[in-house]
Amino acid sequence: MDDEQREGGDVLRLENASLGFGERTLWSGLDLSVKRGEFIAVLGPNGSGKTSLLKTVLGQQALDSGRALLGGAPVRSGDRRIGYIPQQKLVPPGTPLRARDLVALGVNGHRFGLPLPRRGERERVEELLADVGATSYADRPVGSLSGGEQQRLRVGQALADDPVLLLCDEPLLSLDLAHQRGVSELIDRRRREHDTAVLFVTHDINPVLDKVDRILYLAGGRFREGTPDEVLRGEVLSELYGSPVDVFRSHGRVVVVGVPDAQTHAHHTHHPPDERPGAHA
Amino acid sequence: MIDLDTYVQLLGLVQNSIIAGAVLGLVGGLVGVFVMQRDMAFAVHGISELSFAGAAGALLLGVNVVAGSLVGSLIAAILIGLLGARARDRNSIIGVLMPAGLGLGILFLALYPGRSANKFSLLTGQIIAVDSPQLAWLVGISLVVLVALLLIWRPLTFDSLDPDVAAARGVPSRFVALAFMVLLGLIVAVSVQIIGALLVMALLVTPAAAALRVSASPVLVPMLASVFGLFSAVAGILLAIAGSLPISPYITTISFAIYVVCRLVGRASRRRLRAAV
Ligand SMILES: Nc1ncnc2c1ncn2[C@@H]1O[C@H](COP(=O)(O)OP(=O)(O)OP(=O)(O)O)[C@@H](O)[C@H]1O
Ligand SMILES: [Mg+2]
Repeated sequence: MDDEQREGGDVLRLENASLGFGERTLWSGLDLSVKRGEFIAVLGPNGSGKTSLLKTVLGQQALDSGRALLGGAPVRSGDRRIGYIPQQKLVPPGTPLRARDLVALGVNGHRFGLPLPRRGERERVEELLADVGATSYADRPVGSLSGGEQQRLRVGQALADDPVLLLCDEPLLSLDLAHQRGVSELIDRRRREHDTAVLFVTHDINPVLDKVDRILYLAGGRFREGTPDEVLRGEVLSELYGSPVDVFRSHGRVVVVGVPDAQTHAHHTHHPPDERPGAHA
Repeated sequence: MIDLDTYVQLLGLVQNSIIAGAVLGLVGGLVGVFVMQRDMAFAVHGISELSFAGAAGALLLGVNVVAGSLVGSLIAAILIGLLGARARDRNSIIGVLMPAGLGLGILFLALYPGRSANKFSLLTGQIIAVDSPQLAWLVGISLVVLVALLLIWRPLTFDSLDPDVAAARGVPSRFVALAFMVLLGLIVAVSVQIIGALLVMALLVTPAAAALRVSASPVLVPMLASVFGLFSAVAGILLAIAGSLPISPYITTISFAIYVVCRLVGRASRRRLRAAV
């Protein structure tokens, strides 16, 4: 990216974007612009199209209409200016990779040729491991690490070549509170120090409430976008869901009550069966 | 049993076969590491049955058996690669292809008027004579697979671990997946010639599975897998020369024994690790 774009344009722009599958519209007429260093939370019930939105930005899912632009040009698949942390998948035990190898894939995993490290790559991996606080378990097999530890590694992998945009698909799922805080602070620090824009899909806004600049709330084929104070309000969400929803705030936390049953914020869909049992407890 | 002099003489006659076995064992072990990570053991079996059909067809038509084997292998591997991106689709496609291939192969063999020992060897393996032009083919194909595998090693590792992220990070997923299927098809065709269609997994699955029991290092696992494969193949051939049985029971027994030992070692070391923590 050259300096001109850096100053002026948005990192990411969605213009009048629409996507649906079959009869069903996930969202339509979506406009969103994300500036450098902005932290945007994407909220919404299961199946509202949050993952699909990220896939669109990744260039892996074509829009039905509208445009998606990264740094002014249409998004394309395999763009290394984007870092991606997928909806959590645990690495199966027995996978022949150590923690540092997972991070190293972010640095050179796309490169063909004899699998020998180039100069400086080892240091880069070491640096990334230190950034995400994973140095102490760098040589352990990935499959033997906890969900939180693996998630830190995925963050490290995604940051490998200083992305301008970081896409995180429920990176806090199945983490305990301490790890939720650890991982979200990691990502927050990143965007503060390096001006990386962040699109952060989450079911629970509370762990990142004090960090987000804006919220994109998807539900029932519609969306609302704005600051947390603008979006997380009873009348706004009631309109979005088409039924009465209450929003309570206490001690800096937000509690949403009355989300229709069919759209609960439960966690147990869309996960491959080969995950470790009990991982979502 | 035979006496030592005769054995040494025989050894001289089959030394090329030993070389072919060694190369196959080594490359098969490496390919096996990815077969395990991509959950493709069943695909290996499916491809080998179609490879068998191709070889049997070639025998019947009187054309090059290795070529027939290759054609069968590649058709199966590419079909599985194109139609079976997801594990469930893949397994159903293999489940359909496998009996079709085996049935076809048996039909071709039944129609083949030649010696029956020839026929049987496609299923259970054979020691190839020194002067056989096949041998150069088998070694050559194995080496091609080795080089190509090393060249796609890293993207293939990334894609095997997490295809979505790999694609997002610029790995051409579809190309890498298909390239791996082609390499798998090639090495299966070679294996069918040496160890036989029914027992291909002893060199393409067992050594890697054994290595994965004792290590999780991305360097040690491929090294161990290729050493295990090489040892099983070479020791199997050396034993087979002395006896009158086909080659494959020796190879399968050795590779199975290595697997059992690795399981025990792996369990013991995990227990030690737990005790230490
Ligand atoms: N390629 C596809 N073909 C058909 N339907 C699809 C496709 N991808 C997604 N969908 C459907 O689109 C809807 C939205 O999926 P998506 O994964 O984006 O939801 P989500 O908001 O991420 O949900 P969750 O919170 O459960 O992760 C789902 O109903 C899903 O079945
Ligand atoms: Mg999702």
